[in-house]
Amino acid sequence: MTQTEIPSSISTAHHGGTERKWWHYFTFNEDHKVIGVQYLVTAFFFYLIGGLMAAVIRTELATPASDFVSPETYNGLLTLHGTIMIFLWVVPAGAGLANYLIPLMIGARDMAFPKLNAMAFWMIPPAGITLALSLLVGEAPQAGWTSYPPLSLMTGKVGEGIWIFSLLVLGTSSILGAINFLVTILKMRVPSMPTNKMPLFCWSMMATALLILIGTPVLAGALILLAFDLLVGTAFFNPMGGGDPIVYQHMFWFYSHPAVYIMVLPLFGAISEILPVHARKPVFGYQAIAYSSLAIAFLGCIVWAHHMFTSGTPAWLRMFFMIATMVIAVPTGIKVFGWLATIWGGKLSLNSAMLFAMGFVAVFVIGGITGVMLASVPFDIHVHDTYFVVAHLHYVLFGGSVFGLYAAIYHWFPKITGRLVNETWGRIHFILTFIGMNLTFMPMHQLGLQGMNRRIALYDPKFTSLNELATIGSYLLAVSTIPFLINAIWSWAKGPKADGNPWNALTLEWQTSSPPAIENFEVLPVLTSGPYDYGLEEEEVGLPTAQAGSATLSSSPGA
Amino acid sequence: MQGSTVDSAKVALDYHGSAATGHEAHPDHRLFGLIVFLGAEAMIFMGLFMAYLTFRAVYPSWPPEGTPERELVLPGINTAILIASSFVIHRADTAIKQNNVNGLRKWFAITAAMGAIFLAGQLYEYHNLEFGLTTNLYASTFYVLTGFHGLHVFLGLGLILAVLWRARQREHYSSEHHFGVEAAELYWHFVDVVWIVLFLLLYIL
Repeated sequence: MTQTEIPSSISTAHHGGTERKWWHYFTFNEDHKVIGVQYLVTAFFFYLIGGLMAAVIRTELATPASDFVSPETYNGLLTLHGTIMIFLWVVPAGAGLANYLIPLMIGARDMAFPKLNAMAFWMIPPAGITLALSLLVGEAPQAGWTSYPPLSLMTGKVGEGIWIFSLLVLGTSSILGAINFLVTILKMRVPSMPTNKMPLFCWSMMATALLILIGTPVLAGALILLAFDLLVGTAFFNPMGGGDPIVYQHMFWFYSHPAVYIMVLPLFGAISEILPVHARKPVFGYQAIAYSSLAIAFLGCIVWAHHMFTSGTPAWLRMFFMIATMVIAVPTGIKVFGWLATIWGGKLSLNSAMLFAMGFVAVFVIGGITGVMLASVPFDIHVHDTYFVVAHLHYVLFGGSVFGLYAAIYHWFPKITGRLVNETWGRIHFILTFIGMNLTFMPMHQLGLQGMNRRIALYDPKFTSLNELATIGSYLLAVSTIPFLINAIWSWAKGPKADGNPWNALTLEWQTSSPPAIENFEVLPVLTSGPYDYGLEEEEVGLPTAQAGSATLSSSPGA
Repeated sequence: MQGSTVDSAKVALDYHGSAATGHEAHPDHRLFGLIVFLGAEAMIFMGLFMAYLTFRAVYPSWPPEGTPERELVLPGINTAILIASSFVIHRADTAIKQNNVNGLRKWFAITAAMGAIFLAGQLYEYHNLEFGLTTNLYASTFYVLTGFHGLHVFLGLGLILAVLWRARQREHYSSEHHFGVEAAELYWHFVDVVWIVLFLLLYIL
């Protein structure tokens, strides 16, 4: 009896085959890799919907007058665009990467709680579809993604009710996912992997999971109170009944500021994986990058009121939040310098994954700088609620999270599908996205400094030319997804076959077949080098060091 | 799969047929997962408590003038019952660790009864209060906070009854396998601690 025979026979017995069929991806499946793909594909679907909404918004804003859609529809589009991009694209896409990668990276056969994992995913499609359909039946929520009362109590009960319901469901899904990530990272690593040998993606997901667990429940509390105000007639947040709308803002931002780190930390982790592989150099400052994720998570929890500098916050409170916010630039800067030092003098292969990863660093830094500007109270009061804020948040969310997600998709595409992407189409995609992104959002800085209000369908005609530029950029962004879609679909079906480790990477997910077997590893791997020891010794991670008793580790994730 | 307990000797003989090999192979992380979940639950209550304290701090007088008085005797008795039930449910845990299934059944049944009395007492209090949900901000916070906690008591009661239902088979829980018992107990302690904070905030402070 060899030690690999029993595992394969068991997985055959429990999954009815060694390969995934396409229809597995449409069922309640407990395999973390299926769930990861489900998350990513669902999230991308909502990204296209949210992007379509953005294109309509930009078309409306091509002219100063309200002439393309009605103002109510515009408000609905604006609210849904923000909500969908955050709660149905970036957050679940990060969860998808985490689901796919964490068990593979730490040498586990699945997540700690596979059934819970599947449940968390299946909460997303109904909530997302309900939210998106509200627009078609003319009952879209109209109060913006922040949904501040009393505005949100006055813009239609049905739409706002749908918004609250969807967010409660999506928040619950996010919390259940985070429990899985945290327990899996802390408890399921192969015995030869101490925390300081863990891939940096796992560090950043640990920080992300902590933020989700700390922040999301408080948002849920705020939404429950808001639902009572909306549907039952209490007045927690309604000043006309003696309530206090500022309390909602505090509770909302207590989640929604950490949420920006929930959206970007997974991609910080992904970038830390991608750069060393394609630069063939060890990551610079492993520990600094690892601990800066936790530092960002901690600081991210104590800066929320910088969104409320114009909400009558007392001066001493403003000072605290201003300084704390600026301090976040330190751990973030540590990461950026770590990345730059990693690629410095490396043998860079400028493939699609690397281009998007370096694009991420370049564009994210611009968003980071405007972030420090906005942290400053006097400046923030000047540009609050203008397009300067819109420019800033899109530089970090589009230039950061979306570039990071594209980099991650290109990097792990061979692992997920077993096939290589077409690099030419990938590079075209990058160039179009990079130009489109900067063309869309760079003019918004200027618009904001000149005082153009965000969130409103009409604007002063003097802003027209810059708005036209932004609209052209947004169309370019829409077009840029076409080469990506063609490339992804074609390569998935017909691309050249990839072997287990096409990038010669050292982390564990590359030490198994592509796509990985149903239980990831035939035999549990034993680490013989660190995750980023590129160029130090030409020694691969010792995969097939069979462990005694591996047969008992062969259990299936569930039947 | 989670929640099932499997005889490992049986699994070894049954590789090809049965469904239930699952999580016996690696250590059981369910209790740790539950603790993390309760941490998230605690954050919802924390958010609501902070909101309550802010309302209270910002309002000129609290409770707002004209709010009818509440009596303290019934909630006091209710609180005593809930706190006592935490000690009762712990005896069930001690019992099952000694393989005493009858003890488990007895102490869980008593805990369930005490939980039910607490809920009945709360409903009785709601019925006799002179203010309603929308009377003023204080009334709204009172009902929503105690109601949200009551929902948790109700869920905890459901967990206890589910354990009791499973424990009708003598071999279901043993000194080795009793995650369900521990989970229900932990949840119940959590609900109890939340109530102590809530009682201090709403009735004493």
